[in-house]
Amino acid sequence: MSDDFGILSYGAYLPRRRLQRKSIAAANAWFNPALRGLAKGERAMANWDEDAVTMAVEAARDCLAGLAPVAIGQLMLASTTHPYDDRQNAGIVASALHLGSALRVLDVTGSLRAGTSALSSALAAGCNTLLAAGEHRLAKAASVQEMNYGDGAAALLLGRGTPIARLVAAHSETVDFVHQYRGHDRPHDYAWEERWVRDEGYLKIVPVTLTALFEACGAAPGAVTHFCMPCTLPRVAAGVAKRVGLAEGAVRDNLAAVCGDTGAAHPLLMLAHALEESKQGDLILLAAFGQGCDALLFEVTGAVSKLPPRGGVKGALARRKEESNYERFLAFNDHITLDRGMRAEVDQGTPLSTLYRNRDMVTGLVGGRCRKCGTLQFPRGRYCVNPQCNALDSQDDQPFTELGAKVMSYTADVLTYSPDPPAYYGMIQFDGGGRMMADFADVDDGKVEVGMPMRMMFRIKEHDAVRGFVRYFWKAAPAANQ
Amino acid sequence: MATGIRDKVVILGMGCSKFGERWDRNAEDLMVEAFEEGLKDAGIERNQIEAAWFGTAIEEQHVGKSGVPLAMTLRLPYIPVTRVENYCATGTEAFRGAVYAVASGAVDIALALGVEKLKDTGYGGLPQRGRGGLNNFFWANISAPGSFAQLAAAYRAKHRVDAKDLKRAMAHISVKSHDNGARNPKAHLRNRITEDDVMNAPMIADPLGLYDCCGVSDGSACAIVTTPDIARGLGKKDLVAVKALQLAVSNGQEVQFDEWDGSYFATTRVAAKRAYREAGIDDPRKRISMFDVHDCFSITELVTMEDLGISAEGKAIGDVLDGFYDASGGIPCQIDGGLKCFGHPIGASGLRMLYEMYLQLSGRAGERQRPEPVLGMTHNLGGFPSQNVSSVTIVGSYGA
Repeated sequence: MSDDFGILSYGAYLPRRRLQRKSIAAANAWFNPALRGLAKGERAMANWDEDAVTMAVEAARDCLAGLAPVAIGQLMLASTTHPYDDRQNAGIVASALHLGSALRVLDVTGSLRAGTSALSSALAAGCNTLLAAGEHRLAKAASVQEMNYGDGAAALLLGRGTPIARLVAAHSETVDFVHQYRGHDRPHDYAWEERWVRDEGYLKIVPVTLTALFEACGAAPGAVTHFCMPCTLPRVAAGVAKRVGLAEGAVRDNLAAVCGDTGAAHPLLMLAHALEESKQGDLILLAAFGQGCDALLFEVTGAVSKLPPRGGVKGALARRKEESNYERFLAFNDHITLDRGMRAEVDQGTPLSTLYRNRDMVTGLVGGRCRKCGTLQFPRGRYCVNPQCNALDSQDDQPFTELGAKVMSYTADVLTYSPDPPAYYGMIQFDGGGRMMADFADVDDGKVEVGMPMRMMFRIKEHDAVRGFVRYFWKAAPAANQ
Repeated sequence: MATGIRDKVVILGMGCSKFGERWDRNAEDLMVEAFEEGLKDAGIERNQIEAAWFGTAIEEQHVGKSGVPLAMTLRLPYIPVTRVENYCATGTEAFRGAVYAVASGAVDIALALGVEKLKDTGYGGLPQRGRGGLNNFFWANISAPGSFAQLAAAYRAKHRVDAKDLKRAMAHISVKSHDNGARNPKAHLRNRITEDDVMNAPMIADPLGLYDCCGVSDGSACAIVTTPDIARGLGKKDLVAVKALQLAVSNGQEVQFDEWDGSYFATTRVAAKRAYREAGIDDPRKRISMFDVHDCFSITELVTMEDLGISAEGKAIGDVLDGFYDASGGIPCQIDGGLKCFGHPIGASGLRMLYEMYLQLSGRAGERQRPEPVLGMTHNLGGFPSQNVSSVTIVGSYGA
């Protein structure tokens, strides 16, 4: 094992539903006929129980899949849509991932470059870092952003060891060029004319950044194999490539057609996509735009082909369900006033002291494993649940997050309040022992059966709209959909 | 060595309000309705009651906490009043308190009264409410029908039953209870339905449709209990005695330990065995004359027939479809309409079941009367199949 510093692993996550752009256009073109021209492809759409934090957790799990345990000293969470303004969002991710409390965490936000700026900083600092970026992007109905945006997350593990890619050079330019912004307390972005953004923004600021990077490291632009630059404006990435001298074929698909622009997560998502399609010696150039530009150049190592199997971007794209119900998208994003019924009026207040006492159990799905009889159980009681044992305080921590499970019994409930009825839930039996009554996520109507394999996923349990609190827990999702 | 409850306590009188959507009545009115009937039936004065147990489950919906609402409503003379709650076994739990008080010799005459006023929520079905404390963090988004519906999925998987065949048997259960309810003037639902009505009803929680679910009702029921000697002293003949009172409560094994398969009630099996032993019954299928079980959902009744040891495991469908549990069958079940049609005001339900057994054993069940019943059994199941409270009560002719 070498002692190089670099990217050790990558992961990705996209919500399973893909909203068809033609459905958006069909609903809104009466008001904004220009949307018809954008009515191609699909965009990733967060489920009602997903946000930047939950998606970042899933991307991070994908990133860490199959790896020997790594000492992670730092966790960074990049997003412009963190669910909390004041509560360490990265701390929630850390708890869900069982990273322990001896950890430096940082929420990085305020810019679409949040992901790449965090990446630059972590690489410069040289400390073992798990970097996750997630976005649940909101846009006004009938806007161009609604068409172009997507929800998703990506994660990178940076550290010392056998990197799959090493940083060659990085350069950043900071220019207060406001192509769009979102004021404090505003739910949506406000954007200026696209032609100005293209000509004065992308086509001037990005080339300056890339030229400075190449001058600093002496690499030849023509040697770049993969050029990753999120931009949904047409032909801009190719225009930048031409100005800087990158090979035309190096410009990578920006995934706009298949998942949309996932904001601060998107540069990392494109980087992960490039890594999974790269081979030893490839040069990956990553550029992210937004009040300036971050540029990073990586050289891929031979270790890239030895990374344990993971979903990655390809897996995330393949884990897909077409959604043509635009009304559901509006409802999930709280853009229409649905009559949710009186059953939705139950007070969802969260006692924070209770949450704190039980944070491992709730956020980390940590139960117990009895030292005396070996029984796995969730949640952990003071006495072992095995009637032949019943030992007191005999259980060690047992995380259930990565244990497979099978459906033991289930139902589809239209009576209980759910933002996406029917509510599927049931008893699941973990493969290594232990069981629980769990909510199901991402289930296809009528496709659940006893014995069906499930995988746990980190999701929103309740929104407390009165107090602005989001409560998280784990749900079981069909493993076949992973 | 404990000798059990058999024949130590008898029912002196019982009362039961009309169940239903009692829009024009408060919970207090329903309590008085049941109490007046029970007091007259017992033939005593209110001041002869020495202790009372008050059962209500969702008290925040109507009377509030404690024993005070019972004492104030009935103007009880500063006697001990204990309020109990134990999910859907609440009414039976109140009865158990009163019976044990008499059996212990601490008092001569005790009252058990249960009430629930559920129809002040503004919507159909049970009131939606928090699970309490830590449960809110990790319990699935379960409703009552959604938790019981899972019995069907697990039962089908275990016994390799076709979904349609199971649903057909469930439909028969509901049709039978509607037939019985139609003959009961106090029942909430008195309409007759067909199997096709059940099969085609709107889905509530797969595979439970509207007609697989019991009524949500307002109502109250009560029992006044005493010793056999005192009852005889008050001129009572043909005494109805308590033969067994058993309760089994989940300890987490079903929901946390890897044994239970989700297709039955572990608690009911335990409680039933203990009840038969306490009552001295070896072969319940031969000895029990009738029963009222906790048919909150059709699938619950079907599974319970096996858990009580009446139908063999995996064979309840056959007994149900053969009409064994119909009013005219081998052992009628839900002869008063059951939760399905008499209704289910939670705190009152266990006492309502006993009320029908008491009427039948006293020969006062009108057009529902069975010829010469000897033993009647009631059963409550509160909570969820995966964690619950199950009660089994047997009453019968004193000395039988």
